[in-house]
Amino acid sequence: MTSLIKTPSLVALALAATSALPAHAAVKVLACEPEWGALATELGGDLVDVGVATTAMQDPHQVQAKPSLISRARNADMVACTGAELEIGWLPVLLQQSGNPRIQPGQPGNFAAADFVRTLDVPKQVDRSQGDVHPDGNPHIQTDPRNIALAANALGARLAQVDPSHAAQYKQRLDAFNAKWQGNMARWAKQAAPLKGVAIAAHHKAYAYMEDWLGLTEVAVLEPKPGVEPSASHLEEVLATLKSRPARMVIYSAYQDAKPDEWLSEHAHVPAVKLPFTVGGTDGAKDLTGLFDDTVARLLGALK
Amino acid sequence: MSALSAVARAPAPRARALRPLVALLLAAGLHGAALASPASDIAELKKALATMKSDYDRRLGTLESQLHETQAELAKAKAANDAPPVAAASTAAPARAVAEAVAPVAPIAAIAAPAAVVDTSGNAPTGTAAGGANAFNPSISLILSGTYAHTSQDPGQARITGFALPPGAGVGVGSRGFSLAESELALAANIDPWLAGNINLSIGGDNSIEAEEAFITTTTLPSGLVLKAGRFFSGIGYLNSQHSHTWDFVDNPIAYQAMLGTQYADDGLQLHWLAPTDQYMEFGLEAGRGRGFPGDDGSRNAAGMTAFTFHTGGDLGDSISWRGGLSLLQASATDQTLVQDAYGNLDATALFNGRTRVVVADGVMKWAPNGNATHTYFKLQGEWLQSRRDGNLSQVADGPFALHQVQSGGYVQGVWQFMPMWRVGLRTERLNPGRDNWALAPGLADDFHPTKNSVMVDFSESEFARVRLQFAQDRTRQGFVDNQWQLQYQTSLGAHGAHAY
Repeated sequence: MTSLIKTPSLVALALAATSALPAHAAVKVLACEPEWGALATELGGDLVDVGVATTAMQDPHQVQAKPSLISRARNADMVACTGAELEIGWLPVLLQQSGNPRIQPGQPGNFAAADFVRTLDVPKQVDRSQGDVHPDGNPHIQTDPRNIALAANALGARLAQVDPSHAAQYKQRLDAFNAKWQGNMARWAKQAAPLKGVAIAAHHKAYAYMEDWLGLTEVAVLEPKPGVEPSASHLEEVLATLKSRPARMVIYSAYQDAKPDEWLSEHAHVPAVKLPFTVGGTDGAKDLTGLFDDTVARLLGALK
Repeated sequence: MSALSAVARAPAPRARALRPLVALLLAAGLHGAALASPASDIAELKKALATMKSDYDRRLGTLESQLHETQAELAKAKAANDAPPVAAASTAAPARAVAEAVAPVAPIAAIAAPAAVVDTSGNAPTGTAAGGANAFNPSISLILSGTYAHTSQDPGQARITGFALPPGAGVGVGSRGFSLAESELALAANIDPWLAGNINLSIGGDNSIEAEEAFITTTTLPSGLVLKAGRFFSGIGYLNSQHSHTWDFVDNPIAYQAMLGTQYADDGLQLHWLAPTDQYMEFGLEAGRGRGFPGDDGSRNAAGMTAFTFHTGGDLGDSISWRGGLSLLQASATDQTLVQDAYGNLDATALFNGRTRVVVADGVMKWAPNGNATHTYFKLQGEWLQSRRDGNLSQVADGPFALHQVQSGGYVQGVWQFMPMWRVGLRTERLNPGRDNWALAPGLADDFHPTKNSVMVDFSESEFARVRLQFAQDRTRQGFVDNQWQLQYQTSLGAHGAHAY
């Protein structure tokens, strides 16, 4: 009993020793997905210490608030996530268990990229009979580089706000990134011109933004409802749809099981194209530029 | 949303307000018409009315087009809004400044949402960003669950031989046949910038309603501290703090039934501290009234229960994560009635005064290829509990005497998702009643250890619905084997509750 009473004062002492962080410490950013980790690295450089909660091989809907993530959230100055309820199954409990007021919703240290872009596919009715729908719209915003540009401006400003002593450096890095990104986008637009109007089938509704950007037409989705694995009967239906509305390719993300896509590829006689979906999804998608270079290259490759 | 509907509705009340005026004018006009020459005046009146109508049509049209323009502008503003909503906040006063800075932006986002809807019927999306009085409603989550049980022994006679429990302690499957299992209703919301609140009501098949948990918790304490007050599941062990709908088997382990009164919840305070280390290390302190077994809900000013918890964990590569812990719970009891199962179904009661200390060691490990649990994963977990009773027994045949009792037990279980939606699980359990000087367990075989083995298979048609079949061979009552079949459905409605690890 007495030992239990003494412990809080020990805890208080330990807190006093650790709460004052050294002034030169890098801003600790915990990114929910690899693309925001890559963006924070581009915009923060040596000023930030970036950790990423998930890899490109993981389904960002299905992550657990595991101990290693809780301790990283505990020590983070900022979380950089997608938002739009993509992380609803794990981020709230992670934030709650972190005991870290800096990264709670509404704080400068809580960054959600989807707040700064126009979301697509906002359902006019939200009901679970529709599957795992996202009331705030399709959360897979990172498949359109224009969204990356919008998120970059917001994240750059946010980093400067969290770490005001380096605001000038963040501004400088943001300007440099923007210049590079404008060049990139012009290049991709030119390269991807043949993709305009091309019909595709997608495994999950993960590429609405990319389709919007490149002018692709999605004629079928392999998942019968968002988040529900494609069944054999539904694949037959998709195959029938493709007979009347042929697609040039079927696309899936690196983290997904390719079996349904390969089946459809074989039966509909169109290539199945693995896309990185995020940074690290393929060997070519080493960083944000690589993500879109590789995505465009893979799509163009399927047209040949 | 609210701003939009206010604008949209504006013309309507105005038109309504004008109706009496029009009627008055009409009446005045008709009255005048009755006095003057009728035909020409009526024609003039008709003309005046037509002019008025077209005038209002025009005004309404203008208002509508203005509204559409505003909507479009707002949508554009949102898309182009690259400055973060909190950019204006000074770092010196974050919480308040942020709230103020966000305020003007929030309605824009809310209005922009319908503009982005693909459908152009003008129907606002239901269920998103509700405005008005409902905007601050807590999130609601409802768990509906039911079971069918088939047992070879009468559940009313269920005992764990060698473990003295209070009368009415939850042991065994509860009831046979069809029954409504526990339904859970949970409400949660932030209270203010510093506190959040949560209540979990459990509605039993017998129409009883119980506040399973009802607590407030801090959201902005610094340095990894979280303080909870109210009624909560103790943080000891692994399963103790988890609601029944997250269990991998229909029932909780017999060690929990025998030593923690199925699941230990108490009224009191809980302080959690997460160490600022890369290695996850969480410490918890709890003090409560000692509401449930092994406490006795006695009348006292001092805490009837204190607990200390420690958990640590981490990753082994991308594919494996783990958590382990050690906890101690101590509860006091005054004149606590204990019922000991004696061989031959002769229950013996006694009054216990003293202290019970329960030590829990727990561990869980999860594996998924590359950490992607969508298709397959494996979860291994185990807990070991030891309960020490120190005090005295009264109202027993051979008079009051000092009791020193050490009992223990635990379980190991594995759950494997072998393909999407389908899982199988195995659990093995064993208890050790220990040896003590309570002579009221006559005939307790020297080598008797209550055991139970369970196997389950479950199918989750979605994240929100699961059906489970479980078979268990229960040998917790000396001399009896109970073969238990249980079929269960579990569903989750409403708010998408995030589960703890």
